Amino acid sequence: MSSLEQMYQQVIMDHAREAHGRGLKDPGLIQVGESHQVNTTCGDEIRLRVGLDGDTVASVSWEGQGCSISQASVSVLHELVEGESLETAEKTAEAFRDLMQAKGEALGDDRDDLLDDATAFVGVGKYPARIKCAMLGWMAFKDALIQARKDQS
Amino acid sequence: MLLPDLRGDFPILARTVRNGKPLVYLDSGATAQKPRVVLDAEREFYERHNAAVQRGAHLMAEEATEAFEGARAAVAAFVGADSDEIVWSENATAALNLVASGIANASAGIGGEESARFRVGPGDEICVTETEHHANLVPWQVLAAKTGAALRWIPVDDEGRMILDDLETLVNERTRVLAFTHASNVTGIISPVQALVARAQAVGALTVLDGCQSVPHIPVNVKALDIDFMAMSAHKMLGPTGIGALYGRKDLLDVLPPSILGGGAVKVVTMEETSWQAAPTRFEAGSQPVAQAVAMGAAVGYLSSLGMDRVEAHEREIAAIMREGVAQIPGVRLLGPVGDANARDVIGVAAVSVEGVHPHDVGQVLDDSGIAVRVGHHCTQPLHRRFGVTGSTRASAHVYTTADDAHAFVEALATVPAFFGVNR
Repeated sequence: MSSLEQMYQQVIMDHAREAHGRGLKDPGLIQVGESHQVNTTCGDEIRLRVGLDGDTVASVSWEGQGCSISQASVSVLHELVEGESLETAEKTAEAFRDLMQAKGEALGDDRDDLLDDATAFVGVGKYPARIKCAMLGWMAFKDALIQARKDQS
Repeated sequence: MLLPDLRGDFPILARTVRNGKPLVYLDSGATAQKPRVVLDAEREFYERHNAAVQRGAHLMAEEATEAFEGARAAVAAFVGADSDEIVWSENATAALNLVASGIANASAGIGGEESARFRVGPGDEICVTETEHHANLVPWQVLAAKTGAALRWIPVDDEGRMILDDLETLVNERTRVLAFTHASNVTGIISPVQALVARAQAVGALTVLDGCQSVPHIPVNVKALDIDFMAMSAHKMLGPTGIGALYGRKDLLDVLPPSILGGGAVKVVTMEETSWQAAPTRFEAGSQPVAQAVAMGAAVGYLSSLGMDRVEAHEREIAAIMREGVAQIPGVRLLGPVGDANARDVIGVAAVSVEGVHPHDVGQVLDDSGIAVRVGHHCTQPLHRRFGVTGSTRASAHVYTTADDAHAFVEALATVPAFFGVNR
């Protein structure tokens, strides 16, 4: 498999074509946080909304546009963290960030189970310019969680 | 091809890139590669003549000053200006900012009566165009905000050509500055300079030309264009990074207040106030990028030896291969003129949008074949918005670009829709 094919694995292509979680939802929860992130190099942007129900990430929805890597990445994020505990969601986000810093090597420990479909992004780590694309949704998620925790309305 | 294969003059073109593929460098619109004479000029300056310029009583200081001023004369001659009409700047962005900030300073009263002709205030207007690089848009937005002047702009049509129908309304008696690009870094279109300058002069507005994409690729003579200011970027002209130049009409430069303030630029300094030297010295406060200026001088020497007429004709042939080639690919849209107007009055650029595929993904597939292009909005968000896309994939040529490079780009681009399963 070439580096290019390794980056654009089928699971990524599938997520890019049929992205999950698209369309901002009103989660109807007490703690809601939202984040808007822009990749300044290409103008891609995402608005991601998180709804917390106690210690559970009850709702993750988003809208935006971008390349196949950024769209697939936020789609996988939605699949992985919605409905999970805050602790698991944060561990997953941390594992994904570590995978992006791994220069194309798999993490090779129990975090691979946590990442599940997201392990397909391993090839992105070989292309420094694309790490930002893959991280766009995850940055928005991290920031939205901070906002949600502050939200007591 | 009108130029011989010059690849041997550019050491970097011999390297291989992704997957051991030979480099097909089509990102010269972002930054050009450097011929050995430019690299040698910078090295030789440091190895033989390095010293502080414009001061010092020793031999090397004299040599360094001579090399520094010799480069200024070379750049001036290259664009038909006099030496004291060329100001060194970090880059073209800094050159454009130098003009906008100078006008802002004059508007705040700096420079006194002598600089009063630059004053801009409420009721005045500044005019730009929809095709501008952010570097020739944002400084004018900020100048308008600082001074209370209104910002207006000349719109472009679906092909990216300026619409001049309302030129007399957009550039009117209240217009103080008309800033526009000489050639678009996206569509490659060469602007109707003559019409714009004529209108600006009729209403007494200053003209500021962004020469980044013209000076490296076509013959440019500032006196023939009759413009007031022009910004140039060395690293797009086969020269080094860290240096650019501003051309300014001497009578204007001598009274435009400086905005980078400090030593070297001043005439008399008291605790209360300061008077400045004449141009170009008044704009060159602080240590200058001397070795880079010298290398920029070598770069214009190299371009001159090729002949800018031949450079223009060569790049137009490359443009035709790229532009006609991409127009044949289903699902690929060329941004800019198409059909008969294609490659006429256009520099060697082809920016495309591939239906259903993001520019970043397009660029990645090209990179896999060793083809280096630019992806994104190329610092022209309003123009891309006008075209209804957020970004594009841009191939851009220079003197060393071969017909094979252009064909390689078209062939690789044709594989992109299938790679991403975009069926046509």
